This record gives sequence, structure tokens and C-alpha cells, in this order.
Amino acid sequence: MIDIQNVTLAYADRVILRDISLELSERRIAIIGANGSGKSSFARLLNGLVMPTKGDVLVDGLNTRTHGKDVRQKVGFVFQNPDNQIVFPVVEEDLAFGMKNLKFSKEDIAQKTTDILSRYNMLDMREHPAHLLSGGQKQLLAISGVLVMEPTYVVLDEPTTLLDLRNKRRITHAINALEQTVILASHDLDLLTDFDRVIVFDDGRIAIDDVPSVAIPHYIKLMS
Amino acid sequence: MLDLYSPGHSPIHKLSPGVKILAMMVGGTGLFLVENLGIVAVALAAVIALYKIAGLSATQVWNQIRPVLWILIFFLGLQWWLAGASVAVFVVLRLATLLLLAGLVTLTTRASDMIESLTSGLRFLRPLGVNPAKVGLAISLALRFIPVLAQITTEVREAQKARGMEHSIVAVAMPVAIRMLKMADDISDAIDARGYRP
Ligand SMILES: Nc1ncnc2c1ncn2[C@@H]1O[C@H](COP(=O)(O)OP(=O)(O)OP(=O)(O)O)[C@@H](O)[C@H]1O
Ligand SMILES: [Mg+2]
Repeated sequence: MIDIQNVTLAYADRVILRDISLELSERRIAIIGANGSGKSSFARLLNGLVMPTKGDVLVDGLNTRTHGKDVRQKVGFVFQNPDNQIVFPVVEEDLAFGMKNLKFSKEDIAQKTTDILSRYNMLDMREHPAHLLSGGQKQLLAISGVLVMEPTYVVLDEPTTLLDLRNKRRITHAINALEQTVILASHDLDLLTDFDRVIVFDDGRIAIDDVPSVAIPHYIKLMS
Repeated sequence: MLDLYSPGHSPIHKLSPGVKILAMMVGGTGLFLVENLGIVAVALAAVIALYKIAGLSATQVWNQIRPVLWILIFFLGLQWWLAGASVAVFVVLRLATLLLLAGLVTLTTRASDMIESLTSGLRFLRPLGVNPAKVGLAISLALRFIPVLAQITTEVREAQKARGMEHSIVAVAMPVAIRMLKMADDISDAIDARGYRP
């Protein structure tokens, strides 16, 4: 469970999130809200990329302030732009990066690389230059790079916004098939119908927190 | 030049990167010590044979030379004029052999392996405060993002052209720089998120 306790987040003196308390325990949780409402900032709190100005974030009891490293392993993070999260020139090198950081053995790394690439039908891309992959393949690689670290939670910040329809479907499918707990920030409401819980941010507060069939219509009304 | 690595399982691919780099350095120095056209011609033939052993095609041999073809032709002309035909042919063949040798190493060595041996080769700098792992990561990042930079530059240039700015370097450089800075921010977050601890 991720436990958010009275969290306030401010950049300089601009308050982005105001005194938020939440317990995230459902398997599929969506974060929606207008541009600038604080979704990305909230997502970044969950794996300690950003520290709360006030309050605490606990991941399975570990505080992001004091257990940064463990929290990062538990909470994988997928960014919007796949290009900026692939850090090595070749597919398999990039997959190895996170695993090396976790000190996995060479054999283990090779095995997990094979497993994840075959899951996404990209086995023949193993030695490909990453920059020659399609947008959808890049995002799959980015997701794979996170999954090989065996996180308990996967946080995704608008992972489909830069993709065409076909690749969007592919990524949606991949997200739906994840066995991990998923926390997804998105503008794409189609993605969220099967979710367990939808949290709507508005001006740094939680406007609605409910099942999709209630929260989404409410959000649409809020936006109009 | 960045996706130079050509996957394969030849004996040359399997040699350790350190050995290959060392061999290249010894071979390159050796080439500069000989003054004999015949030996250089034999060396060139030998390097081309190594391409064959590595399972590389004639096109890949040609690809090493093509980008610098004009420079080679220029040298050939210059040397011909300054020192005569045989010296010119000798100098240019020697240069081509060196290029092919360097190309062979990059074609058969994965960037990550090269970086790994570089990283261990740099260990002796540790007492001076150099962190070899960081140097390795920096080089990988450079290799990874040079093509991205090229792509961004093309995008920006096209966007500027679409708005009638044809040849302004500033008009291209500014947006590219801004996007690169934003990108650098994202990349450092991504590296953080994947558990990197220098
Ligand atoms: N590092 C930062 N420093 C200062 N302000 C920031 C920083 N990051 C975000 N902000 C500001 O915080 C606010 C919330 O940004 P955030 O990116 O969390 O919103 P968002 O809901 O993800 O928006 P979008 O839908 O556009 O992705 C914005 O007004 C943004 O300008
Ligand atoms: Mg955002």
C-alpha cells in the first residue's frame, strides 16, 4: 500500500498540492485532472523523485525521504516521452541498466532480458539501436526497463499521449496485462474504464475520488 | 556513425574489447613506422580479410571509407603535387588502412563492452577523484542522445522553414538548446527513477 499522509507540495512559494491524504491499495488507480493540476507532481511523489514540502509518503511502510533506494525499486516509473527515459544506445544495454543498479548477476540480467523481450515480441530487437525503434516499441522498451527491476507498483505518467492510435492500443494492452499495482496519470479517459478507482485533481486538491462510472462523468462536467 | 556495431558471433566479435583496442593501437603505430608501399598494401589486404572473417560485407568496408572519400582524394591530390604519385598512393592507402582498422573495432564491439573496458581502464584515475562509472555513463548517454539531438535539430529546422525562416542559425539553435535542457532534466529523472547511485 502507498500511504500519503497530509502531503503539501510547493515549488518556491507556489503551492501545487494542498494537504492531501490518500491510501492507495487498489490494483488499478487513475489520476486525472486539467493541465497543470498537479498529476505529474503527485506521481513523482510516489517514488521519491520529488519530496513533499510537508507530510510523508510511505510505500509499504517505507518513507520516501529516508528509504529512497528501496522505494525506487518498489515503485517503477514510466514517463511520457519514451525517448527521454531510454538511456543506453542499444536495447539490451538499456534493459540492463536498472538491473545493474540493483546488482543483479550477469546470468540473471541475460535471462530477464530474454523473458521481457519475448513477452513484447521484441526478441529480435535485442541488439538494435534504441533510436531506430518505433514510438510504440520505445515505450514498450521503457516499460520493460522498469518491469525487469521487479517493482511492486508501476506508476505511469501519460504513457500514451505521444503515440499514434495503433501504438496507443499496444501500450494500453500492455498496461492492462501488468500483474503489478498500476497508478496511471492520463488525459485519455478511454484507458480508465476498467480501473478500480479514479482520483480527480483540481487546483491542488482532490475533487473526486470514486469508481470510474461516477468519477469520469463528474470530471467531464467539471471541465465544461 | 552511431549504430556502427554490427551484431555477430565471429572470433573478432568475441575478442575482448581491450585486446582489440590494444591491437588497433599497435597496428596503427606499426603502420606509421613502415615506409614501404608493398607492406601497406599487404596490411590493407589483411584488414579487409579481417572484415571478411568478422562476417562483414564489402558494403560495410566501403561505408567506412565513403564519409571521408573527399578528404582522401584531397590528400591524394595534395601529396601527388607535393611529393609525387608513389608517395601519394602510399599515404592515402595507409590512412585508409587505419580508418578500416578503427572501423573494424567499432563494428565488432558493442558500445557497452567498449565502455566497460574503458571504465576498468580508467580505474587508475580514481585517486584523482575521477569516477570511472560516471565517465562510462556519460559516454553512453552521449552515444544514445546524439541521434536524438540530430532528430530534434531536423524537427526544429523544418518547423522554422515552415514559418519562412530559411537560414537562421540562431532561430534553430535557441529552440534546440531549450529542448535539450528540458530533455536533460527528464533524462536525469529517468536515471534516478531506475535506481542509479553513482
Ligand atoms: N520543477 C518545478 N518547478 C516549478 N514549478 C513546477 C515544477 N514542476 C511543475 N511545476 C508546476 O506545477 C504545476 C503542476 O504541474 P504538473 O506537471 O504536476 O501538472 P500536470 O497535472 O501533470 O499537468 P499536465 O496535464 O500538463 O501534465 C504546474 O503549474 C507546473 O508549472
Ligand atoms: Mg503531467
